Amino acid sequence: MKNIDWKTYEAGKVWDELIDTENRPRPHGEQLARLLAGMDADELASRQTAADLAIKEMGITFTVYSDETRGAIDRTWPFDIVPRIIAKNEWDTIEKGLKQRVTALNRFIDDLYHDQEIIRAGIIPREIIASSSNFRPQCVGISPRFGVWAHICGSDLVRDRDGTVYVLEDNLRVPSGVSYMLENRLVTKRVFPELFEDYAPLPVDDYPSQLYDALAALSPRDIEYPEMVVLTPGVYNSAYFEHSYLAQQMGCELVEGRDLYVDGDDCVYMRTVGGPARVDVIYRRVDDLFLDPEAFHPDSLLGVPGLLRAWKAGKVALANAPGAGVADDKVVYSYVPDIIEFYLGEKPVLPNVPTWRCMEPEALADTLANLENRVVKPANESGGYGMLVGSASTEKEREEFAKRLKQDPRNYIAQPVLGLSTVPTIVEKRMEPRHVDLRPFILSADQQQVTMGGLTRVALRQGSLVVNSSQGGGSKDTWIVPLR
Amino acid sequence: MLSRVAENIYWVGRYLERAENTARLLAANAALHLDLPRGITPAWEPLIAMAGAQDLFEAQHSDYSEPEVIRFMLGSEQNPSSILSSLRAARENARTIRDYMPREAWELINKHHLDAGERLDEGLSKRGRHEYLKRIILTTQTLNGMLAGTMNHDQGYHFLLLGRNIERADMTTRIIDVRTDGLLPLENSGLQAFETLQWVSLLRSLSAYQMYRRSMQARVRRGDVLLFLFQSADFPRSIRHNLCNIERSLKTLPNHESAIRILYQAKSRILSTPVEKMPCAPLHHFIDQVQIALDRVHDEISSAWFLPPH
Repeated sequence: MKNIDWKTYEAGKVWDELIDTENRPRPHGEQLARLLAGMDADELASRQTAADLAIKEMGITFTVYSDETRGAIDRTWPFDIVPRIIAKNEWDTIEKGLKQRVTALNRFIDDLYHDQEIIRAGIIPREIIASSSNFRPQCVGISPRFGVWAHICGSDLVRDRDGTVYVLEDNLRVPSGVSYMLENRLVTKRVFPELFEDYAPLPVDDYPSQLYDALAALSPRDIEYPEMVVLTPGVYNSAYFEHSYLAQQMGCELVEGRDLYVDGDDCVYMRTVGGPARVDVIYRRVDDLFLDPEAFHPDSLLGVPGLLRAWKAGKVALANAPGAGVADDKVVYSYVPDIIEFYLGEKPVLPNVPTWRCMEPEALADTLANLENRVVKPANESGGYGMLVGSASTEKEREEFAKRLKQDPRNYIAQPVLGLSTVPTIVEKRMEPRHVDLRPFILSADQQQVTMGGLTRVALRQGSLVVNSSQGGGSKDTWIVPLR
Repeated sequence: MLSRVAENIYWVGRYLERAENTARLLAANAALHLDLPRGITPAWEPLIAMAGAQDLFEAQHSDYSEPEVIRFMLGSEQNPSSILSSLRAARENARTIRDYMPREAWELINKHHLDAGERLDEGLSKRGRHEYLKRIILTTQTLNGMLAGTMNHDQGYHFLLLGRNIERADMTTRIIDVRTDGLLPLENSGLQAFETLQWVSLLRSLSAYQMYRRSMQARVRRGDVLLFLFQSADFPRSIRHNLCNIERSLKTLPNHESAIRILYQAKSRILSTPVEKMPCAPLHHFIDQVQIALDRVHDEISSAWFLPPH
């Protein structure tokens, strides 16, 4: 059987994370490239099979919704065994940029629910906030501890053709994926132990204890063991695996809305077999609008009546705070460099992807004229839904999309089609480049922590730029390695 | 521990036990079938009666033929107490409490349910049935052992045991009920010679034959069999044994006073009743009373520790 020959690897026209344009391994990837080249195709394929089996056995799943099966089905998590490597010195800069960004975003959210100085200073137009579907008037005037609203943030990074790393979006509501980051490392250790002889990637597995510490710091009661819970919408949610995983790792209860209630003293209690037990911190993985039927959707069965009241009264901490999603809006995203300047007086360390706001007439005209070369996204969707990748669309799709765009320009932004970087990926016993992005997680409470790397998602279909697991994406282990 | 979690674990215990007991009962009935003289078949209808599913069954089937009854009890989706439905319910309950159970246990419950579905055809065929039922029983026992050996013996574990023991006591009474009533057309049929076979079969349905022999040191007689199944202190599927286990689990839980009171009432009644002397009709009535008592224990557990209904 033939071994891998990197000379024949077709990295294509974009940046490959492992192999440069001369078909040589990048410095931090030399040993990996050599090790892979020392294996024949069958050996590699059998490693991949072992990984797939391990994932099945470990029960690592995600849930997809399907009309055909009338509901949700559990799928095993698609994983590629070739890790994605990032040099430590580059990562240091990224980490700095992420901390800066999330600090500024938290200041921004806090400002929006108080004096709105940034609007009064004319940096951000008032109508953007007025028309934002994620601004919660119920949250005005609330001051969460440390001024932090988004305690857990997952920002998506992409690398363009020239090697520049951009922030593609910030997820400040209920970002998911961190459990897969942790499990990916376990699987790699299981099926590819030789790799760890040459490399010592920085460990990722302290995330659950960092998360625990961050949540504990929010407790309204000054007690040694605050009662913390993970609030899940339930077993049919696409991220249920992660909810139960994190609860397990932190050793706290995984609760559903019906397990909790708010009493006359505005405290939150969970119903236990020993009677009511007061809850101090809720890591909620339920969207804002379903959190509390008294305050938001009255027909929500997922939430806890009175929860917002308890939070406002300072009797319970909610992470992320309700209303944090206002900074998740992709139109707001386009202002993040200005937001960083305004609150921190600093230049952004990490650049934004150039973005046209379709609400601005010139930008709209430009977008409509260049749809083929644009990615157009709705301002408040996640999971890759409702977007148009111009370069991969048909004329008919573009025509229909243009109609929607003209009807509701406020709700869209446009960006150039980026040449997302690639990583070698095993495809039918061969190495082929596949596009990736990266989602690091940033924790903010009394202090800030960034995961060592993050979740690398990979578009398994050739040429595809869509990395979402709900749409055919997979993932890779992500290594931060010191350069020798 | 969360009330919802306690409730789910309790039902995992009940559903697994239900699947196992149904498998035991079907296996014993099929074996009895082979022992009887040609032309005489054990009635299959009582099996449906035992599950309390006559209406459901009759709505879909015109007669109680063996294949139809087996299919209904093994794999029918419409029958909520079929083996497959029980395993599915056990799995669904376990799914929501994955953080409570050792990982391997969840994986085995998951596999148990998948296997039972995938091999259903084997179970429906006469040749494969024995193996199929044996596997259901063995896997459930493996799970019980795994949970005993790897799960914290905390409140959660006691809710599992409560579910298992209440279901087991309930199933034991149901099995005795169908097995002492109308299984064989004994009257005026010249089949008295086979009466012993019937009692052996009853014991076998509960995997109790060997233990009966060891502890009673008597031949297989109706009175002794009933005494053994209701009042043996040692046999793990006897009613008395189950009630003692329930008592032990209840006592580990907070606020157990009223549940214990209900349990004591049931226990003293059962232990003071001379089942060995009871003819068919009063025995049947007594079994009804025991089942009602078990229901009351369940209701008490439910109101003391589970989530209030919406």
